[in-house]
Amino acid sequence: MARIGVLALQGAFAAHVEKLVALGADVVEVRRAEHLIGLEGLVLPGGESTTMSNLLVSSGLEHPLRAAIDSGLAVFGTCAGMILLSAHILDGRDDQISFAAIDATVRRNAYGRQVDSFECDLDVASLDGPFHAIFIRAPAIERLGSGVEVLASWNGRPVLIRSARVMAASFHPELTSDSRVHRLFLDLVESQLAVR
Amino acid sequence: MSSSPVTGSFPVKRGLAEMLKGGVIMDVVTPEQAKIAEDAGACAVMALERVPADIRKDGGVARMSDPEMIEGIKKAVSIPVMAKARIGHFVEAQILQSLGVDFVDESEVLTPADEAHHIDKYKFAVPFVCGATNLGEALRRIAEGAAMIRSKGEAGTGNVVEAVRHLRSILGDIRRIGTADSAELFDWAKKLQAPLPLVQEIAQTGKLPVPLFCAGGLATPADAALAMQLGAEAVFVGSGIFKSETPALRAKAIVEATTHFDNPDILAKVSRGLGAPMTGIGMDEINQRYAERGW
Repeated sequence: MARIGVLALQGAFAAHVEKLVALGADVVEVRRAEHLIGLEGLVLPGGESTTMSNLLVSSGLEHPLRAAIDSGLAVFGTCAGMILLSAHILDGRDDQISFAAIDATVRRNAYGRQVDSFECDLDVASLDGPFHAIFIRAPAIERLGSGVEVLASWNGRPVLIRSARVMAASFHPELTSDSRVHRLFLDLVESQLAVR
Repeated sequence: MSSSPVTGSFPVKRGLAEMLKGGVIMDVVTPEQAKIAEDAGACAVMALERVPADIRKDGGVARMSDPEMIEGIKKAVSIPVMAKARIGHFVEAQILQSLGVDFVDESEVLTPADEAHHIDKYKFAVPFVCGATNLGEALRRIAEGAAMIRSKGEAGTGNVVEAVRHLRSILGDIRRIGTADSAELFDWAKKLQAPLPLVQEIAQTGKLPVPLFCAGGLATPADAALAMQLGAEAVFVGSGIFKSETPALRAKAIVEATTHFDNPDILAKVSRGLGAPMTGIGMDEINQRYAERGW
């Protein structure tokens, strides 16, 4: 079974761990560089991207994590995790870390403050039946590179995207009982392992 | 085809609490302090007029902060902003929701407005966090719609002993309920003065239905790690940061300690050279226990 790391510096990492374990993955909580050894996939959870940026630097994890991502590891970022993976960040802080793993431009907190946070049903490409999505102070995807596929949209904006080895979501598939989006990521991990 | 969106639902409120896990929520009284907190890696700030240590010192009635001050803090940072309303003061909560704060703390640190009733939190789109000293109190707050529970501790003392007592009480009873049989759960509900369905849910899942954070008296990186090792999912630090000698350094150290709570080598490293923590006071030296407020 695939060995998947979940970045566990801050945020909703426990919910991702629970979901991946239930799908049979061998899951490692990543807090230090040694936790990256032998990973076949990596999840960057939701939380506060500024907090995670700080902790990536202080824990010495930033450079090894960047190297792991650059080496072709399959990665999935949700909300703050999507911000960390995107090539361009709008309304972020100047010192915010970007791993530039997917050619996308995202805007922090674009869907508003917490009172504007919402849940809704999405149609996700290749999934039968709607996927219930929870958006929390969500970032918006404002531009995509040509190699990036849109798997789901909300109000005309992409909210779930995929490139050859990276998935990113504005919403939180880890917060509902539906595991299908995580299953899609594990499929991506398998296909990436085949080409690596 | 997409369905119409739903705002202010319980999963959406609880969702923000999930995002704050593993983080540190810091009390701030000015936009400048809020910036320091954000730079240090706070996952949210609590905007208030006086930190609990000063409320304790000054006495008098403590109320919701001036909206102007809350707006100043909202403008200064991009992380979530929380603010406190008095227990039972649903109008203060309405005002805070109208200001667009991200979380309302119905807090015993402010002077209670109602000695029998807490706010009906289901009437709001903004999520609420409430304090609790024991499991019964936590479940009563959840029944009223709280999306996060924080163990109360004793705010403004810099003394972690009450935080430990309350966390142990809540988590100890959760563990005991996990070993109870179905008939005993009725008795637990009666003893805790809590709704039976919530007690039954805990027996099934082994945890509270909402995130459990720790507050009240944390002053050092070691205090934060202690709360986390005992089972808290994140921490609130109030007076402990800006009443210390080196707030920016201490704030950053507490953030790191909360993430690496089970790694003594990192805790030793981040605990060094922080200058003096807030002085702190013993429980026998205080005449008002905030933790006793709440029903």
